[in-house]
Amino acid sequence: MELLLLFTSTVLINNFVLARFLGCCPFLGVSKKLEVAFSMGLAATFVMTLSAIATWLVQHYILMPFGMERFLQYGAFILVIAALVQFVEMFLKKTSPALYQSLGIFLPLITTNCAILGFALLSALNGYGLITSTVFGFGAGIGFTVAISLMAGIRENMEFGDVPEPFKGIPITLITAAIMSMAFMGFSGLISM
Amino acid sequence: MNTILIAVVSMGAIGVFFAGFLAFASKKFVIEEDPRIAAILEILPGANCGGCGFPGCSNYAAAVVAGEVECKGCPVGGADVAAKVAEIMGMDGADISAEKLVAKVMCGGDSGKCENKYRYIGVEDCVAAARMAGGGPKGCQYGCMGFGSCVKVCPADAITITDGGIAVVDKAKCIGCTKCVAACPKNIIKMVPYSKEVHVLCSSPEPGKVVSKTCEVGCIACKKCEKVCNFDAIHVENNLASIDYDKCTECMECVKACPKECIEGVLDKVPAAI
Repeated sequence: MELLLLFTSTVLINNFVLARFLGCCPFLGVSKKLEVAFSMGLAATFVMTLSAIATWLVQHYILMPFGMERFLQYGAFILVIAALVQFVEMFLKKTSPALYQSLGIFLPLITTNCAILGFALLSALNGYGLITSTVFGFGAGIGFTVAISLMAGIRENMEFGDVPEPFKGIPITLITAAIMSMAFMGFSGLISM
Repeated sequence: MNTILIAVVSMGAIGVFFAGFLAFASKKFVIEEDPRIAAILEILPGANCGGCGFPGCSNYAAAVVAGEVECKGCPVGGADVAAKVAEIMGMDGADISAEKLVAKVMCGGDSGKCENKYRYIGVEDCVAAARMAGGGPKGCQYGCMGFGSCVKVCPADAITITDGGIAVVDKAKCIGCTKCVAACPKNIIKMVPYSKEVHVLCSSPEPGKVVSKTCEVGCIACKKCEKVCNFDAIHVENNLASIDYDKCTECMECVKACPKECIEGVLDKVPAAI
């Protein structure tokens, strides 16, 4: 039950993009087409879930026993996540070309994204266990997918809209992101933990 | 001091571990790529211009090997490259005769022949100028304004603006990437076969009355060219003559017949045998 609550709150209330402002670059950069945005979201979810497990292991079996979690977290997490994603990319390319085609090019893009590092640090900060941490990572990824897909859907429709000349492109996207973010604030009373 | 040592050693160990692991994995999971892809990529011009419809030369090469596109798909390389690609693909004698297409600005109304409606002193850019009242300063809405948006996008330096203020493509330099076609806000740049010399240098679909008011060399849709053509190669559609390049033999009859002299051609060229 608690895991379900954590999942819902990560997806909707503490959405990584819209409430914590992490992962804004792909959110603005790769949200022009719904299909591409969705693939990006899936890749992010995949990497987040995977790195949740990896960073938890690093945190609990390497950093904490030596008392290095204060200052070495950033470096160690990035190193582990990057190496892991590299491996997964190779593995996918060999074993499942179809999945590689849809996720592959986004995997290296998402590796060093701030949302990934942000969630790993938050998870360590909150002292989550392995399972809680994994659910947290999965939820963060789903939240990212929801946000970026919604954004892409809106932007696709906006192509046909009569946007005033000075607002075309990035300005109207930023305004849209702001309004979306405010709309997501409405979820904040959904559940109380 | 001890902490620093542990930090360095443990991080180093993780790094070395992952390096070895990834090196092993890259050997283990190596993908055997078709050697023909690399061979074709070698032959392609490597401009990554996107003229073939793929994002870059490597994507095109992969598509050729996969059999998705024909060997003659590269507009920049033309027949030479097509022949070599066909050789690699083991398709000697395949249809590689596609002629190279080059860009042509379909407007001949320079400053002496088509006067401006007003003086434009804004940004030196066709897209900006075309948004002004009446579709820009040019007398004819479908005329080249000569602010050089096509010149800016041309990767081969093949377009120049004449003294009369219209853009002209040097077909010897044109690589056929179609970037200028997309850049022109008036849509008056067309792709034409390299060897053809006869072109209708007008893009105006306005009726003859309107055209003759604004431009001395605009097509007025009088259909004289249609009548003199023995090969059914030129037709007036939408108040504008257009040439079917497959049928045109460059006999120059239409060039001679045009009262507005808007059909470009080489008059001293020997007529093709009938």
